[in-house]
Amino acid sequence: MNDKDKDNQKYELSGLLIDEQEDRSIRAKLWYLWRLLWRDKSGLIGLTVFLIIVFTATFASQLSPHDPLKQNLHVSRQPPVWVEEGNAEHILGTDNLGRDIFSRIIYGARVSIMVGFLGVSMAFSLGMMIGLIAGYKGGRVDSIIMTLTNMILALPYLVFVVFVAAILGRSLLNVILIFGLTDIPIFVRVTRGEVLRLREEGYIEAAVSIGQKTPAIIFKHIMPNLLGPLITLATFEMSAMIFYEAGLGFLGLSVPPTIPSWGNMLAEGRQYLTVYPWMSIYPGLAIVITGFGMNLFGDWLRDALDPRLRRMKK
Amino acid sequence: MLKYLLSRMFYSVALLFGVLFLVFMLLHITGDPVSLMVSRHATPAEIEALRQELGFDRPLLVQFAEFVKNALQGDFGRSFRYRQPAMDLVVQRIPATIELASVALFMAILMGVTIGILGGSNPNTALDSIARGLGLLGQTIPTFWLGLILIIIFSLNLGWFPAYGRETFKFIGLTLPNKSIILPAFALSLFTTGQLARFTRSAVLEVMNEEYVTTARSKGLKKMRIYSRYILKNSAIPLISIIGVQFSYLLSGSIYIETIFSWPGLGNLLAEAVSTRDFFLVQATAFFTSFVVIGLHLVTDIIYMLVDPRIRYR
Repeated sequence: MNDKDKDNQKYELSGLLIDEQEDRSIRAKLWYLWRLLWRDKSGLIGLTVFLIIVFTATFASQLSPHDPLKQNLHVSRQPPVWVEEGNAEHILGTDNLGRDIFSRIIYGARVSIMVGFLGVSMAFSLGMMIGLIAGYKGGRVDSIIMTLTNMILALPYLVFVVFVAAILGRSLLNVILIFGLTDIPIFVRVTRGEVLRLREEGYIEAAVSIGQKTPAIIFKHIMPNLLGPLITLATFEMSAMIFYEAGLGFLGLSVPPTIPSWGNMLAEGRQYLTVYPWMSIYPGLAIVITGFGMNLFGDWLRDALDPRLRRMKK
Repeated sequence: MLKYLLSRMFYSVALLFGVLFLVFMLLHITGDPVSLMVSRHATPAEIEALRQELGFDRPLLVQFAEFVKNALQGDFGRSFRYRQPAMDLVVQRIPATIELASVALFMAILMGVTIGILGGSNPNTALDSIARGLGLLGQTIPTFWLGLILIIIFSLNLGWFPAYGRETFKFIGLTLPNKSIILPAFALSLFTTGQLARFTRSAVLEVMNEEYVTTARSKGLKKMRIYSRYILKNSAIPLISIIGVQFSYLLSGSIYIETIFSWPGLGNLLAEAVSTRDFFLVQATAFFTSFVVIGLHLVTDIIYMLVDPRIRYR
């Protein structure tokens, strides 16, 4: 099987090709995806918002008008530009130390995207591996893994994340590790569910009966089918992680206070809520917009890739 | 049925032991719990003295055995800050949190179910789009930001509600909170409102397409009767489990809201204990919250079993 055929199979099996298509090149697949996306405007909006945030995070140093760390007490506590005393130099105003809020929000996207992306990548890869083992091996291995998974999922998540973060201390690496590790169970559960379902499919049975080796079956037949549901889950989990990171920052438990992040900005803004409310309004708005975009895109992805997942994720 | 009940209860007890183990291990995650508890200026002699006083110099297994023994008697050590048994402090804070979570749940059911029914019974109309948008918004606005915004609008600008604290009045011997509960409860409820709106919408949609609803329609039954007898009743079953899960989410998720509004509950206690590095208090709070959450899941499952005969006769 050459690469092209493999790709075709991947998309076909994940339910993307609803109608029988003559042209099976990768280009045609992408075109098909694009048409699906174009038809549903909410998915398109979600993806656009997400890409803008990623772009902002990547090119933060080029995009931000000011140094996010530079303090200048001469221009401190300025309101946004549309308020009377506002200044065009600082569009969203400045904080209590005269740092430009707009630039800090741009840099804050870095922390959010980094934590979300790396955390989800970690949970995704480890969770998928454990879930594959549980689902494919079955028996005692499966019941041990699933008992542990369900136990962890039954705990009050936020309380434990706060507990662990308080013990480990504030650093970017710690935050990524905390979310990457604590998010594994949900990926295990979804992977295992999918594997159990796939094992009953005719083509897997056929592959087993013609004597294909287990690794071949897992990598060629099961994994490609897992990608759809897992990528959808990853979108939702990434947006949840961005929320939780900001929440930890708000409680003073995320990245060190010297790093501009949306959660840290909210924590600082809260102290000046009564006098300089813009310090808390705009970083929060950035979180809302990111979450809104990612959820819109995730909803679309779920319907486009696998309608069955709707029932799986509670 | 009895078998299911027993195995379910056994599972909950096992889970509690798992939590005890986890809570114990978390404090030892860095290898030296004492270093977490002392100030940076403590001399080595002071650290050693505290280590011996708290028994951290003994083998880990011995420590765990004693921890479990004490925990079973409700003893989680003393809070450094308050110089009181940690569990006593936790118990004092419970009523305020339950009060807040209950009011929030009530608000969420009122708003979420209404929005969901309106959207679900008029699919693909403008009303449905608004309902879906509201549901999504509820999921993408972080509670910690919403709390701040509500304070800016309703306390600072309009002056309708107090910005923080729990104010009470006496009513036939009961001490009840006055309007000071409205803002925190509303902020806390929004996420649950969004969840409930989504689930009610899809539950109503699903039931609407059932054959018995078509039959009822063709028999010429009044619209109100179809709704009350068939649609709402059958949509309510899946909602029970979601409401149970959501209530436990409200209880453990109140950490942000209680911090913002200085609400004297468990979440506030946890945030305070974390920032003062009062780790025995953190341990007690984490364990107790897990205890309540696990208990709630058990109760939800039992109610579910009683309501849904398909589970009862399995």
